[in-house]
Amino acid sequence: MEFLYFPGCTLYTKAQNLDEAGRACAKALGFELKELSNWTCCGATFPLAKDNIMALAPPARILARAKEEGSALTTLCSVCFNVIKRTNELIKGDEEKREKINTFIEMDYQGDVQVIHYLEILKREVGFDTIKGALKRDLQEMRVAPFYGCMLLRPSEEMEFDDKEAPTIFEEFLGAINCEPVDFPYKIECCGAFQSVGAPEVATECAYAILNSAIRNGAEAVTTTCPLCQFNIDNMQREIRQKYNGFPGIPIIYFTQLLGLALGLPVEKLEFHRNDVDPRPLLEKRGLL
Amino acid sequence: MGKVGVVLCPCELEGGSSFDPEVLVEGLKGRKDVLPLIHHQPVCSESGVEAIRAFMEGNGLDRGVMACSKPELFGPTFKKALRQWGLNPSLSEVLGIRPIAEGKRTDDLQEALHVIEEGIGEIQRRKPAKGPKTPFIKRAMVIGGGITGITASIDLGNGGYEVLLVDRLPSIGGRMLQLSETFPTLDCAQCTLTPKTVETGQNPHIRLITYAEVESVSGGAGDFAVRIRRKAAYVDWEKCTGCGLCQEKCPSKVPSEFERGIGPGKAIYTLSPQAVPNKPVINPEVCRYFTEGKCRVCEKVCPTDAIDYAQEDTFIEERVGAIIVATGFDLYRKEEIGEYGYGDVPDVIDGLAFERLNSASGPTAGEIRRPSDGRVPKEVVFIQCVASRDPERYMPYCSRACCMYTAKHARLYKHKVHDGRAYIFYMDIRSMGKGYEEFIQQGMEEGILYLKGRVSRLFRDNDHVVVWGVDTLTGKKVEIAADMVVLATAMIPSRGAKELAEKLHIGTDEYGFLTEAQWKLYPVESGVEGIYLAGCAQGPKDIADTVAQGNAAASKVQVLFAQHRNSSLLRSDS
Repeated sequence: MEFLYFPGCTLYTKAQNLDEAGRACAKALGFELKELSNWTCCGATFPLAKDNIMALAPPARILARAKEEGSALTTLCSVCFNVIKRTNELIKGDEEKREKINTFIEMDYQGDVQVIHYLEILKREVGFDTIKGALKRDLQEMRVAPFYGCMLLRPSEEMEFDDKEAPTIFEEFLGAINCEPVDFPYKIECCGAFQSVGAPEVATECAYAILNSAIRNGAEAVTTTCPLCQFNIDNMQREIRQKYNGFPGIPIIYFTQLLGLALGLPVEKLEFHRNDVDPRPLLEKRGLL
Repeated sequence: MGKVGVVLCPCELEGGSSFDPEVLVEGLKGRKDVLPLIHHQPVCSESGVEAIRAFMEGNGLDRGVMACSKPELFGPTFKKALRQWGLNPSLSEVLGIRPIAEGKRTDDLQEALHVIEEGIGEIQRRKPAKGPKTPFIKRAMVIGGGITGITASIDLGNGGYEVLLVDRLPSIGGRMLQLSETFPTLDCAQCTLTPKTVETGQNPHIRLITYAEVESVSGGAGDFAVRIRRKAAYVDWEKCTGCGLCQEKCPSKVPSEFERGIGPGKAIYTLSPQAVPNKPVINPEVCRYFTEGKCRVCEKVCPTDAIDYAQEDTFIEERVGAIIVATGFDLYRKEEIGEYGYGDVPDVIDGLAFERLNSASGPTAGEIRRPSDGRVPKEVVFIQCVASRDPERYMPYCSRACCMYTAKHARLYKHKVHDGRAYIFYMDIRSMGKGYEEFIQQGMEEGILYLKGRVSRLFRDNDHVVVWGVDTLTGKKVEIAADMVVLATAMIPSRGAKELAEKLHIGTDEYGFLTEAQWKLYPVESGVEGIYLAGCAQGPKDIADTVAQGNAAASKVQVLFAQHRNSSLLRSDS
């Protein structure tokens, strides 16, 4: 199994822990991630205006290049996945837009690359049962709350990822690596997204509500697939602590880091030192380090 | 071969263009045994009908073809007139002609001429229909024993006609039997309905065929042959006295469909203590004897040996002259609404469940106690337009009764729980019935908090249901930690209505509601002669409207029957 891999900007900088662990896990599970050559920023948001063709040029170029190098393109970052997948759906289904975009980027792309998220590879291509059989470290039913955020799920008609109101893929994944998934009502809510730049107090409130809900439902850690979600609910805990006395804090761990841990990869490869709230005390307490 | 009179109606058509009868007349001239007539007023007018009569009689014409823009509207007038003049309506045809557009006059003209010529040929070849071998059967079948079907049956019965009233459930009463009190008068639903169900049961002209479904229908007005499947009740209703001992002793406790899942039922059950007929049935899917092979408690306790586990479905074959379809509605399943928790959040119930909760005969004997822990809820959120008026995801139409019954729910709740708070999320308040607006105003005075906005999500948080909504009048997001939430879910056609419509060869719309011949002028006609529709099977409506339609359908049947009183009018081959 070989998949073209689009890391995206954040995974080369802030989210190296998501990226490194993801690559190492792929190797351990026997599928290859071939990094796309000449990739650029995905565009970072899918345009809200219907006539904003220019904003579609970066993801369209990425897709057109992917077509030259393979047939299936995967990402780890939920935002990149959202932008690229939706662009692909648009190019596939809207002939007029397709022509315009192709003229604009001076390439010819018909929307025939398969865009697949890393979690979907684990579920559909590798299989959660295979993962269960490959476990080397027992995560001892650590209580982990899966935070989906919005980008994987919505708009559901285009993303076709999971049930937008009651998704389960993340829970299935956690079950496969012997964690106990913690259900909490805020798992599909907005993390605050880019508000953390312009209106951090808004993002802080979003993060506080999410984390509070996870903690109250008994989570020891929260897991994400998205560097932006991760930043908002991990890094912003400093602000939350300042505002809400007695907020206990909770480690936020990328799903690839948890997978790597369960697959028995060397801990230093999983870069836990990059997480803002240090997960190592929790892992140590559980005897996982 | 008879002589055919062709009548061309010059009525203005939609869009302002009419077909020009003068040119059509030119095209039809010179045909053997064919005489065309133009009347310069609409032929459905009184003078128009008179002109046709003079034309037909004066020229010795005995067959007729009419071409007009709206055959479904003018056709019946034409045929009726022919019958009155002693002509045979079966030797006439009413054709629909499209307007002849200025731009493509020749094409459209040729097409119209072609349609008319085909029609003439057909009528010239047609043999007169034989009169019915048996006399027109003046008895009716009413499908659906809710308030609509009951109303129609009583009317027909009181009119002296025999009625077969068929219901899928073991007893009649339908949805209204589930209701607690009704708007705008807050009458007890059972107190108003029970006399009607009893009257139905006692009317010597009405024969109840409950726990039964229509299997097939053939024939036409005056003589429909119907086959009805009577489901096995596993109780011999002849022997059963309705003492209720079997239900009391039955050890299988299951959530009851009648109680909308919030109250217990038994494997052997009647729908209510006042059921008509008051005879139980066994649900083999949950009965211990049928599922596990032992129990037979009901058999042991029955004082009249009425239990019969070997009973099988039976079939009843009958002939009727007219049929009224009143199969009612279901509610959109809350289990299919993701943003409201797919039915998995406890204490989120639908409107009918709230009716049961508030009903003296319901599982809490009319006390408002939430299903999860039996506590009296102090904060109750009512959400209107759930799956209604939502064309992108659910049903585009307004379900018509929800504004009123939600106001009623909130008021009844406040009457019972004085320190409770009732919130209603609404899109618009539609209260255009007699006394309806006043009813809403009273509710507001009683302290119901109306919030104009939608609810985006709700979820369980500890023992609360958290409701996220918006109040668009203040522009603020609203979060309510509710104790209970009541969803006014969309009305949809009852299960199986579409299949039944196919058996009857009557139409349904894209949602499965039965289609009437014409919404404004023929609201209870089905388009098939002798079959009429009434109630929520045709579209969402409240009790007042549905009763009016039941009356209307019964009246239509009596008109049909009355037309066949004079046997000279019966013969169509004279």
